[in-house]
Amino acid sequence: MKKILEVQNLAKLHGKGCPLCIEATGPDNDTNVCPHCGTVVAAHGVSFDLYEGEILGIMGESGSGKSTLVKILYFDETPSAGEARFFDAGGQHDLFALNAAQQRWLRNHRFGMVYQNPHLGLNFNVSAGGNIAERLLMSDVAHYGEIRSRARELLARTEVLENRMDESPKRFSGGMQQRVQIAKALATRPPLLFLDEVTTGLDLSVQARILDLILEIQQELSTAMIVVTHDLGVIRLLTVRAIVMKYGRVIEAGLTDQILEDPQHAYTQRLVASAL
Amino acid sequence: MNAAYELPGMEADYAFGFLDEYAKKEVRRALLKAICLPGYQTPYASREMPMGRGFGTGGLQVTLSLIGPDDTLKVIDQGSDDSVNAVNLRHFVEMTCPGVQTTEKTGEASLIQSRHRIPEKRLTEDQVLVLQVPYPDPLVVVEPSEAKRKVMHGEADYSRLLVKLYEDIVRFDEITISHRYPTRINGHYVIDPSPIPRFDVPKLHMSPALILFGAGREKKIYAVPPYTVAEPLAFDDVPFRMEDFRDAAGQRRACSRCGATDSFLDEFQNEAGHTVYQCSDSDWCASRLARQAEEMSA
Repeated sequence: MKKILEVQNLAKLHGKGCPLCIEATGPDNDTNVCPHCGTVVAAHGVSFDLYEGEILGIMGESGSGKSTLVKILYFDETPSAGEARFFDAGGQHDLFALNAAQQRWLRNHRFGMVYQNPHLGLNFNVSAGGNIAERLLMSDVAHYGEIRSRARELLARTEVLENRMDESPKRFSGGMQQRVQIAKALATRPPLLFLDEVTTGLDLSVQARILDLILEIQQELSTAMIVVTHDLGVIRLLTVRAIVMKYGRVIEAGLTDQILEDPQHAYTQRLVASAL
Repeated sequence: MNAAYELPGMEADYAFGFLDEYAKKEVRRALLKAICLPGYQTPYASREMPMGRGFGTGGLQVTLSLIGPDDTLKVIDQGSDDSVNAVNLRHFVEMTCPGVQTTEKTGEASLIQSRHRIPEKRLTEDQVLVLQVPYPDPLVVVEPSEAKRKVMHGEADYSRLLVKLYEDIVRFDEITISHRYPTRINGHYVIDPSPIPRFDVPKLHMSPALILFGAGREKKIYAVPPYTVAEPLAFDDVPFRMEDFRDAAGQRRACSRCGATDSFLDEFQNEAGHTVYQCSDSDWCASRLARQAEEMSA
């Protein structure tokens, strides 16, 4: 299998940091706030690989650093340390060594992001079609007719009614907003998609349809995805491999069914026991 | 030379051109930078002028920094030499720049300060056009943070402006920007070409004259150097379109005074309550009338 992303020792610290930050935090100390300097260690020493067409799950409780991780990879935040390499048809990119314009290019052309809160991923002042147009325009499509037909196609694919294409997503239900976000993320057919708690807060039938959609997309386009969630059901349904995070550290990594059937770390055991 | 005016001589408390030499030097330095980076909004230390911000202080500072005793100045406001803003600015320059000639004829001017119009008569390499700008940044409609706008300009990231055009076409089948049409200069920076109508935007493209933009309140100067590419933003399949002044029958309207069918027309109601169209550029209209009178008498 072809490797698409390689992350090594990614770290994110909020605060000025001190030499004791790392040893004084983490799951063993039951905190991610350094008692010496007050720095928040949002993530430390996170490494993983992602292969083409694979869905990797990241699970953990709130504040465990799972969203920070995808935000760093999508250039929403800058890491304090670590490396990430993205392997593209045109060669490999050392993500954090690129300049802002190159990062923006990758973000617009090769990555896609679906946020938990549609307000982060969508512009509510323009129509649903306009949101998709924005992403196409960012990737240098400048033909109005083509933008229209691509947007129509994408919205149909994500089951948003075509006659609501020119309406603001403000007037859409939560599930529809999420589907518009997915359509927007898919507009440039990115080989890598980040999904941050996409189904959290949606009702069960809507959740099921969105999860179906994500699986279909993965089958059709063989898009690699990183799925962040605290919902074990979503992890079980979507992913083959998963990592479990707590207090900014990876405490367990492996095949999803192995983790869920035979959790090794005490926290994972509690997590699995409470959910199943 | 304005004969009616008495020179202030040595008792005047201000330098030639009202601004002190340091201020003029600062504006000229900003102008040079603006010309080197076509379309880039160069910040400068906009001075207080003896008129309110928003009355053309930016354009005036550019004019006063460039003007010399052997220059001939034309000032226009919405195409006309006789409207209040133009008359007052012209008086101000006559008063503070002794020896400077003023004119209403586009062809005779070496320096033209304008609000909202580019003259109909094609400018030449020997002329400089100064436009007064209220809002220099075209991105202000899509991004409120200036820090972020600067990054967007630097990376030539104008997709959000194009989204606005997209939304217009979706809703109205037409781009609805009537003036201040975003225009890309030299393939990179997009400028707000001051409130000129769409009709004037093509005049920026490959203009033989240097075109300078001064925004006094926003403290920015930018330029379209001579023979520079200026492309209005548009889609590949929805090209830029300017006002065509066609009536319901598809006939191009003509100026009611001079009969011109190639100029930008102002619409107004005459005393009888009828809608009348007339050239917005008063010099263009007057010189056509003069030529017609000449032909009649010949």
